[in-house]
Order: sequence, then C-alpha cells, then structure tokens
Amino acid sequence: MSTTAERVQPALAGLAVQSSTSREGTLTLEVPAAAAWETIRRLKETAGFDTNTFVTAVDRFPAEPRFEVVWQFLSSANAERVRVRARIGGTDPRVRTITDLFPGAAYSERECWDMFGIRFDGHAGLKRLLMPQAYEHFPLRKDFPHQGIEPDRLYREWDRVRRERPVNRDLPHAPQES
Amino acid sequence: MATTTKVFEYNRGSLEGDDPLHGELMELNMGPQHPATHGVLRLRVMLDGETMREVEPDVGYLHRGKEKTCESLGWRKFFVHTDRLDYVQPLMNNVSYALALEKLAGLEVPERGQIIRVLLMELSRIGAHLIYLGTTGIDLGAVTMFFFTFKEREALYTLLDAYTGHRMNNTYVRIGGVYADVEDEVGREIGKWLEHFLTAVDEFESMLSGNRIWYDRNRDIGVISKELALAWSLNGPNLRGSGFEFDLRKQTPYSGYERYKFDVAVGTRGDCYDRYLVRVEELRQSARICQQALELLKQTKGGEFLADDRRFVLPPKDKVRSSMEELIHQFKIVTDMALPVGEAYFGIESSKGELGFYVVSDGTSHPVRCHIRAPGLMNVQAIPVLMKDRLYSDTVSIIGSLDFVMGEVDR
Repeated sequence: MSTTAERVQPALAGLAVQSSTSREGTLTLEVPAAAAWETIRRLKETAGFDTNTFVTAVDRFPAEPRFEVVWQFLSSANAERVRVRARIGGTDPRVRTITDLFPGAAYSERECWDMFGIRFDGHAGLKRLLMPQAYEHFPLRKDFPHQGIEPDRLYREWDRVRRERPVNRDLPHAPQES
Repeated sequence: MATTTKVFEYNRGSLEGDDPLHGELMELNMGPQHPATHGVLRLRVMLDGETMREVEPDVGYLHRGKEKTCESLGWRKFFVHTDRLDYVQPLMNNVSYALALEKLAGLEVPERGQIIRVLLMELSRIGAHLIYLGTTGIDLGAVTMFFFTFKEREALYTLLDAYTGHRMNNTYVRIGGVYADVEDEVGREIGKWLEHFLTAVDEFESMLSGNRIWYDRNRDIGVISKELALAWSLNGPNLRGSGFEFDLRKQTPYSGYERYKFDVAVGTRGDCYDRYLVRVEELRQSARICQQALELLKQTKGGEFLADDRRFVLPPKDKVRSSMEELIHQFKIVTDMALPVGEAYFGIESSKGELGFYVVSDGTSHPVRCHIRAPGLMNVQAIPVLMKDRLYSDTVSIIGSLDFVMGEVDR
C-alpha cells in the first residue's frame, strides 16, 4: 500500500470506495456517482488535496454504463495526486458539480458538458466552452464521427447569413456584377 | 451637474448619483480579433464608466479538436500535433506527451536522452518567456522590448534549427528518448549564446524593472492571493507570483531534474509586476540549467539517447535495410504501435504551468481518450477574478501577465 493510500484511507471511512493504482502510480478511487461529491469533499477537507487538476470523461461506447467521469486532484503540500472515477449511464448523464468546493473546476466541467454532454448539477453557468453555443452534438462521444456531421443546422444557418450579407460594391476587391 | 470632486473620485464611485463617469452598465466586446488578447480570446466586459464590473472570457475560436484527432490518428502520429498546441514551446509539449506514453508503456529513457530533453525544455522555456516579455512590452508601450527579445529569440531559433532540424514545430522527441544525438559543435554554440543571453537578461531588466510606466502599469494590478490562486487552479509562474512555492520540477522531479541546481522564483504580492519578476528570474535559472545540461552532455558523450525497446522505438535505418527482424519491427511500429491497457497521467512544469496528458489505452494503437490538461485554460479562467472592479486599461496588463497561448487554451 502506497503512502498516499494510507493517508487517504481514514478520510474515506464509511464510503464505498475501490482503490487501485494507475500505471504511473497514482492512487485511483472508484466510487459510485452518488458518492463522488462526498469523496471529493473529504479529500479536500481531510486529506489536503487543495487543487483540482482536471475534470474530464472517458466514453466507453457501446459498453454500458457508458461514461467514466474522472476528477484529478493535487495536494500541493505533499505533491501527491489522486484520481476519482465514477461510472454513469448514457441516458441523461449527470453528476453533482464540484465548483462549490473547487471554483477552478468550472471550465473543466463546462468543457466536459461541451464535449460529452454530461450535466453537472448545481454548476452556475453550465454552457458550451469551446464549441459554438448553438451546436447540437457532443464531439468527443465515440458515436460522433471525426470528420464532423455536416451540413448540420448550425452550418446551414452560417451559410445562409454569409450568402445574404449585402456586398459593398465600392470596395476595391468586391465582386463586380458582370 | 457633477461637482469636480465627484469626477476625480471615479475609482471609488457607486452606481447611484449623478456622477458622469458612472451610471448604466455598458457591455463592451474585446476581441477575438484584438491585438492585445494574444490570439483569439474574446472578452465580454460590463463597464461602469471605466471600471469593469464583470468580465466573461469567451474561448474556443481556435478549437481544432486535437483530442478527437488523437483518437483517430493513433498514438504515434499525434506527436506532430502536440507541437501545435502551445506553439511557442513545441518541445515542451513533445516531452509531456512522450512522458505520459512512457508511463503507460513502462519505458525508461536512457540518461543522455533525458539530458537532451532537459536542455531542450529549458531552451523552450527561455523562448516562451521571451515571447511574454516582448509582447507584453509592446502592449504596455515598451515597443523596444519586442525587438530586443525577438533578437535573442531569433538566435535561439537558429540554434534549435541546428539542433533539431526545425525552427518551430520541432517534433524532436520520440517515445523512449529523442530523435537524434547532436554534434558537439552545436552544444558549444549554445553555451556561447547562453553566456551572451545572461547579459541580455540584465539588459531587459534594466529596461523594464525600474521603468516608471512599466512599474505603474503592473504594480498592484491584477492581484490574486495565494489561497484564491490555488482555488482557481492557477498554475506556473502565475501561482508562484502569488507567493506559493510550487514547481513540479522540484516537487515531482522528472527527466532527472533532481540532478540540476536551480532556484524557484517566488513573488510576494501576486500582482502583474511579481509575475513579471518571476519570469525574468526563470530566464536566468533556465540558462543555469542549460549550462549544467551541456556539461552533463560532455560527460555522457556517445551514450544511448533512445531506449532499446522494439515494441515502441523504431530501429535504426541502416539496420532496417540489412535485417529482416528489424524490418518487421519497423513495419509493426509504423502501422500498429499498441500500448498496454491502462491509463496514465503525467504533468510537467511547462513555461505556462502544469501541462499534462491524461491517456487511456485499451491495448490497441488508437487511444480511448487523450485529455490535454492545458495550463493556459486555467489561467484564462482566473481572468474574471483578476479584472473585477479594475480599470478597463488594466485588461492589457493582466492578459499579458497571465501569458497564455490560445493554441493551447482551445486545443
């Protein structure tokens, strides 16, 4: 048992946590989605993990439960890392936000919603981060093709606006009517 | 009609009253095509007179879907894409990605390979910080800084060209080491340049540190406390500027950083000026590490620089042409280099903060997931905290001092 695991163990008493070690030696805690927030709160307040490194997800499509939500934390005093993982199903995936504990997780959670369509309950201002607000798909899901889904509604709208835009014929390089 | 005293008290003013510099909130758009946003960052600013009451960054204008690209290209071919994340320090991105894959594969890099990596990473850090000094200088009116730093950066790029074969987008790092060993002559040239560079850093400091305009526009601007910086996941020089001594090179040493003597620069106040001082000191410390690495390269002359593991590392070309086994290895690696089942994360101290790759493998040549932990995104996230209730003109100082590159923020 590594020292990180020993340090973390008392903080997690009474929670259904399965711990393992990843290939680079980071302690990984597998928890039910409902207990994730409580685990993270205890990690922060009792075990001293004070910075959120990232929040992301892994899509195991077509397996079910489909998504793994992954949180990673760093203890700046001990320079230790811990990873928390919870599995959630593909229909209406949602977990509780951790922005009340770590305000710095806000963008990571927005990105996770943007890319995987996982809702973070309680997140103030959960909207798309990288894709346009009106975008309809979740690009990092495995059933989304890499070349994109085109022409979708958003692209058609952009195309229409571009075609209907009035052209100033006085500009030197404007297309001239023949 | 406002009285004179009220007008000059605009910084402490309220929304009430007949103060002409306050009143209704105005929404102002800055960017994405704004030269002072260092790329394509868009800010939505709610202005009360000249004071920013609310700031909302809008990112994603340079989103290229790098993580999805990694999933469809496979482990090996994604190396060239890591260069294009933070394009002012491509070698740093290469090393970070390679380290994550090596953790997954359980591969050790030979000593000389590690030394070359450290040398290149520190040279990239110098290059990235020079960009910060030059562009922030130009934003705040010190236009000469841009020419001074870019003169040094040009010399650095010439050296990197001689070393890696490319000025930018080097793709010099491989799983298990680096692509090639280098001539002694290039090492000597780098040593000569470092000597000159240390005097150039003094010159930069003499131009900026005591400069009244630079001082006034950075001191006590964009202040963030140590606790808030940690809570908002701020990292790199921005975190150290707030007085928190945290450097992954010291805390979780990788690539043999424990062998090098260097100091971690830490600020005290957490304002733009401290972040500037931290970066200037890091220029000196990076040069110091480079000099030690060059010394170590002399001692390990002729050593292995690439791991000898035919599951992941390409065989030398001359052997491929004479040996059937090596040809098969080459074919296997190029077409279908599988990594073991599992997941790994490795974070390194890049010039912007903790740059890490979280990689998940299902035992095939294509990743299940490759998440890029971009330090720049976390630094952009802190913009509303830093800019709240500050003057509009401070946006330029704060954006400059956070020093993010949109290629990495948007991925």
